[in-house]
Amino acid sequence: MSGSPAGPVLVLLDHTADGMLRPAVLELLTLARGLAPDAVVEGAWVGGDPGPALGELGEQGLVSVHHLDVGVAEPHLTPVVAQALGALVTATGARLVLGVSSFENKEVAARLGVATGAGVVTDASGLELDDDGAAVADKTVFAGTWNTRCVVTAPVAVVLLKANAVQAEPASLVTSPAVVEHVVEIGELALRQTLVERTERAGSGRPELGAAQVVVVGGRGTNGDFGPVEALADLLGGAVGATRVATDEGWIAHDAQIGQTGVTVAPRLYIGAGVSGAVHHRGGMQSAGTIVAVNSDPEAPIFEIADLGIVGDLFVVLPQAIEELRRLRG
Amino acid sequence: MKIVVCVKHVPDIQSERTIGDDGRVVRDGGDGTLNELDENAIEAALVLAETHGGEVVVLTAGPADAVDAVRRGLQMGADEAVHVLDDALAGSDVFGTAAVLAAAIGLVEEEGPVDLVVTGMAALDGLTSMLPAALAAELGIAQLTLASAIDVVEGSDGTRVTVRRELDHATEVLSAMTPALVSVTDQANEPRYPNFKGIMAARKKAVTTFTLADLGIEPAAVGSSGSRTRVLSATARPARENRVLITDDGEAGRTLATYLVDNKLV
Ligand SMILES: Cc1cc2nc3c(=O)[nH]c(=O)nc-3n(C[C@H](O)[C@H](O)[C@H](O)COP(=O)(O)OP(=O)(O)OC[C@H]3O[C@@H](n4cnc5c(N)ncnc54)[C@H](O)[C@@H]3O)c2cc1C
Repeated sequence: MSGSPAGPVLVLLDHTADGMLRPAVLELLTLARGLAPDAVVEGAWVGGDPGPALGELGEQGLVSVHHLDVGVAEPHLTPVVAQALGALVTATGARLVLGVSSFENKEVAARLGVATGAGVVTDASGLELDDDGAAVADKTVFAGTWNTRCVVTAPVAVVLLKANAVQAEPASLVTSPAVVEHVVEIGELALRQTLVERTERAGSGRPELGAAQVVVVGGRGTNGDFGPVEALADLLGGAVGATRVATDEGWIAHDAQIGQTGVTVAPRLYIGAGVSGAVHHRGGMQSAGTIVAVNSDPEAPIFEIADLGIVGDLFVVLPQAIEELRRLRG
Repeated sequence: MKIVVCVKHVPDIQSERTIGDDGRVVRDGGDGTLNELDENAIEAALVLAETHGGEVVVLTAGPADAVDAVRRGLQMGADEAVHVLDDALAGSDVFGTAAVLAAAIGLVEEEGPVDLVVTGMAALDGLTSMLPAALAAELGIAQLTLASAIDVVEGSDGTRVTVRRELDHATEVLSAMTPALVSVTDQANEPRYPNFKGIMAARKKAVTTFTLADLGIEPAAVGSSGSRTRVLSATARPARENRVLITDDGEAGRTLATYLVDNKLV
């Protein structure tokens, strides 16, 4: 199952404003290298200077990084990114483009599809090439209750992968990537909307929610006191998440919301405290490796999917668990 | 202001949802409903029309029972409804759907220009969230997606729409002159329930039906034959095995700690 795609595999290199790679990109690069023995993986970097990331990209064995200079256009606007990436697909003859499955990249992929005729799979949890080099992606649907596998039949495939689909690993050979410069003329259509303001969220000091290996989540049952949830997350080196009720109440920022209209997580360990397990919430966490739930209501739907369910008061159970974990670890 | 709201009829999120042998979502009626997030889209359009004047047209493409989705829109207060109904639509991917909706909006425009197209942020039937951006690209209009707040200002040089949106790593404010497409999140508003008056009024409103021929779209360009992806397999996820449910007897916190250590989760 490893026919190679014609042309390079392009990986969209999501990065912060100061040129640092988003961690999930390393997973994509790892996956791309393993797609076929002779797969040629190249990076696509839109806006700014890729300089600060070249070291990390070299550890991923990347030989070249295409720097797409969009001039005065705003590189955060997804129509601009889509147009730049479309130009690169044409220039390189790439048949496969990979990106992290984020709100923004879904917009990029949609526009790339309209412009180039590419077929797109979003929220993929795995990817292989079939004997003909076509992309075959795994995806769960219906709030994580069904596994599907689909093949892209169009000549160009765009696949967006969820964080934690694979474990990032360095390449066996470290490279020093060459930066290939492209100046892309951005058309009027991509400039019909303007970015008035963009505020990047400051890091919380905790792992990024979408990519974390451990996620501890508080719901209405916390009654606004996220203390025990945060303490457990910090002890486990995890991220803190929330239900929509908790974010709507203003107990925690909206970007902590997990679920169908929030962040999708697939950590090794999910711990929900005072979370009922509504279908909207489950859609964002059901593919977690192990699910633990603490809820005072034995009928809570989250117990239907919990590997370990504890009927109890989170304000009793969580502090005791923290104390015991500290003791066990010495 | 003329506003078109694109809506979708989907299997009820609370129901048992399945995928058939043909790789398509089973839509055999009964459990179908208006996609929840499209209620936010209709609400946003109604509020804008109430504030700035204008009319709201609800539009859907889908099988016969999808008409329920636009009827619900009429009950909420929309003025007109359009249903693209054609057997050849079955199995369309997001790009086929976007092309069909764009062509239908083109026909609606024959009665006067459309200023805004509004959609929900995603259809909750496990698809892709890509429709809003794909439709904006098809229509060649500005894209103001994932709006949690919408502001419309009418000026002498035209109408400006500004939205606030929350992304994975940032909050943004986007702005554009109409015509524009806006997609809304569940944070944008609290959708109204149709009241008795609305339900009665909706009975008198007609639903216009278009076929692909009306839209000038070749059947082979959409549906399964036009789809750029094909489902190879679909299986219900097996239930998790060896699940344990305990009731706290004063020791559950310690049990939890031991469970995490024993299962090498810490
Ligand atoms: C269109 C739409 C989109 C939505 N998107 C999302 C989404 O993305 N994410 C999301 O989370 N929700 C979403 N929702 C909301 C969702 O339907 C639920 O309302 C929400 O997830 C419930 O949050 P909760 O579990 O915190 O609250 P509840 O359902 O009220 O549950 C609270 C739980 O806490 C338990 N509890 C109370 N006190 C304690 C205690 N001391 N110790 C232990 N347990 C306790 C209770 O038994 C209860 O089970 C969406 C809804 C709609 C309509």
